[in-house]
Amino acid sequence: MSVNRKVVTKNAYRISKKRNKTALRIRVPGGHLEAEYLTLIQSVANEYGDGSVHITTRQGFEVPGIDFDKIGEINKKIRPLIESLGLDIEVTDYGYPAAGTRNISACIGAEVCPYGNDNTTRIAKRIEKTVYPNNFHFKIAITGCPNDCIKAHMQDFGIICTTEPQYDVSRCISCEACVTNCTKKVTGALSMNEFNVERDTDKCIGCGECILKCPTGAWTRSETNFYRLVIMGRTGKRNPRIAMPFMKWATEDVIIQVIKNTYDFVDRHIDKTLAKEHIGYIVDRVGYQVFKDEVLESIELNKEIEIAEHIQWNGYYYKQDNQFRKQ
Amino acid sequence: MGYKLSNTGFNEYIQQLKERYRLFAPVLESKKGKFAQTDVIAYGEIEKFDDMILESKSYYSPKEIFFPIRETLFYFMKDTIETPKINEKPVIIFIRPCDLNGIRRLDSIFLKNGEEVDFYYLRRRELVKFIMIECLEGFDTCFCVSMNSNIALDYDAVIRVEENVVSLKVVDDKLEAPVLSNTDKVEFEPEFIKENKVKVTIPNVDLVSKETFNNDIWKEYTSRCIACGRCNTSCITCSCYTMQDVKLSDDKSIGERRRVWAGCHVDGFSDMAGGHNFRDKNGERMRYKTMHKVNDFYKRFDEHMCVGCGRCDDVCPEYISFSKCINKLNEIVEEGKNYD
Repeated sequence: MSVNRKVVTKNAYRISKKRNKTALRIRVPGGHLEAEYLTLIQSVANEYGDGSVHITTRQGFEVPGIDFDKIGEINKKIRPLIESLGLDIEVTDYGYPAAGTRNISACIGAEVCPYGNDNTTRIAKRIEKTVYPNNFHFKIAITGCPNDCIKAHMQDFGIICTTEPQYDVSRCISCEACVTNCTKKVTGALSMNEFNVERDTDKCIGCGECILKCPTGAWTRSETNFYRLVIMGRTGKRNPRIAMPFMKWATEDVIIQVIKNTYDFVDRHIDKTLAKEHIGYIVDRVGYQVFKDEVLESIELNKEIEIAEHIQWNGYYYKQDNQFRKQ
Repeated sequence: MGYKLSNTGFNEYIQQLKERYRLFAPVLESKKGKFAQTDVIAYGEIEKFDDMILESKSYYSPKEIFFPIRETLFYFMKDTIETPKINEKPVIIFIRPCDLNGIRRLDSIFLKNGEEVDFYYLRRRELVKFIMIECLEGFDTCFCVSMNSNIALDYDAVIRVEENVVSLKVVDDKLEAPVLSNTDKVEFEPEFIKENKVKVTIPNVDLVSKETFNNDIWKEYTSRCIACGRCNTSCITCSCYTMQDVKLSDDKSIGERRRVWAGCHVDGFSDMAGGHNFRDKNGERMRYKTMHKVNDFYKRFDEHMCVGCGRCDDVCPEYISFSKCINKLNEIVEEGKNYD
């Protein structure tokens, strides 16, 4: 059998362990889809696959046990699903363009979750339209609040939706519900001073819990939503590490622009001798300052934004950091 | 006198009232809900008829218009005190019958509870007139009929709002306006809601005993209530307040005294010197509130405090239903049931 491996992978089918069998990968930006398409996925699995579906870690579906020669047929069949996801790709009968940049995942967000500060699926779809299709290896995720259920801290770009709490002192009954909650559960950004609440803007992470706890509506949400962008987190073999804050109180437009500029940055600096080089390692190689200067270039920053002067990523290297001994 | 106005005509009437009054009604506060991308309906000053929200119940009651959440009673500097001036432009509140009955309860507490009247309450309350909004459907959590607060007659004017027609009856001559003289005169009497989806039975106050207080019914609320105080702050009849003395100088001789809403569910409400607390458990706070709303107040003022507006049900983040609690209370008092 002759299969062009690269063409197949770019079309969101994978090489599987089982010879002559592939698996269809369906990405769902923002992790939310109309339930009717589950039937479509089911029928692909039953007719072409082994009758099973794997729910992927990045919020997609993977249908294994498919014969390579059925790819064309399946692509025609899943066209309505691709269209329904509103992806800004040229919709054809030839399936998903894929690989490189991974599915933009999101927690359930403010459409359902009380803690959500914004509609994460909407943002995921907007970013998807901005960056797809792209060969560079990027992982992007959006989480509705700093609880970070989607694990934005494990991504190259983790977008954390926040709100800037607004305090109307004339509605405050000094019940301290916000202060107690912030102290015990968040960062201790709130304190009482002469019956009024004071917010330490350096400590406040914009989670919005004070707004949720307030019984009189003394705390309300800011008109504009803001985002904390954490960058260059990763799993993997060499140096797993958590993403670090790059900017806080950024607007959505700034975040989108930064991500766009990062693709150009990668294009300029990627080591072309490698099959692929992961963005985090490129930043390690050229340095944070270069990255920062280049991705911020020509962006009109909102006045509330704060940007990290330096970033020290930690994580660990297997040999250096692990003092293991046989027992 | 009764009138029939178009929406435009009624808006004209509002404009003419605005020259003499500040007008308050339920309004939509865009994106001011506690959850992201949600609005809240609250009492606010209106500019035009369109600003009024009639299809939903307001999250907060209108009491804050004349019983402010925070109110400076006086400023002090050494031996002198000064009471701050208030906005003396009279106020009109568009209000539903349940809330209008609720305001009579507030009046009882502030003006008829002992020999002294509350000066600070009275000076704001005297500025207020009420235009009642006829309410025939109510909302899902309302139980005004059970509380006898579906009917209110002490309004200064009343309106019925239908598709592009507003019927108006003016009782207080001060609420007449030039636009009305060119308007069709009709006989208009408001009707009142006769049945709610939710019904409660209040137990006979004479049967409430010490056993009622010790019943296990309250334990459930200790495990469910989180003492957030929303039931208190949204209630039309909750009138408890506390005092705050704010010191503005190092020697504490300059400052202000203000009163601030307090709620029996909120931590600190019954804190005593020495760190004692009468009602440490949240179920005890629920009991205290319940007995005040449907028992103790009645003994003093011959009507129950609760008016069945159902706001406490609407706002509780733990889905505790006060109407359900009243019915359970009735079962333990009237039928001797014990909840475990």
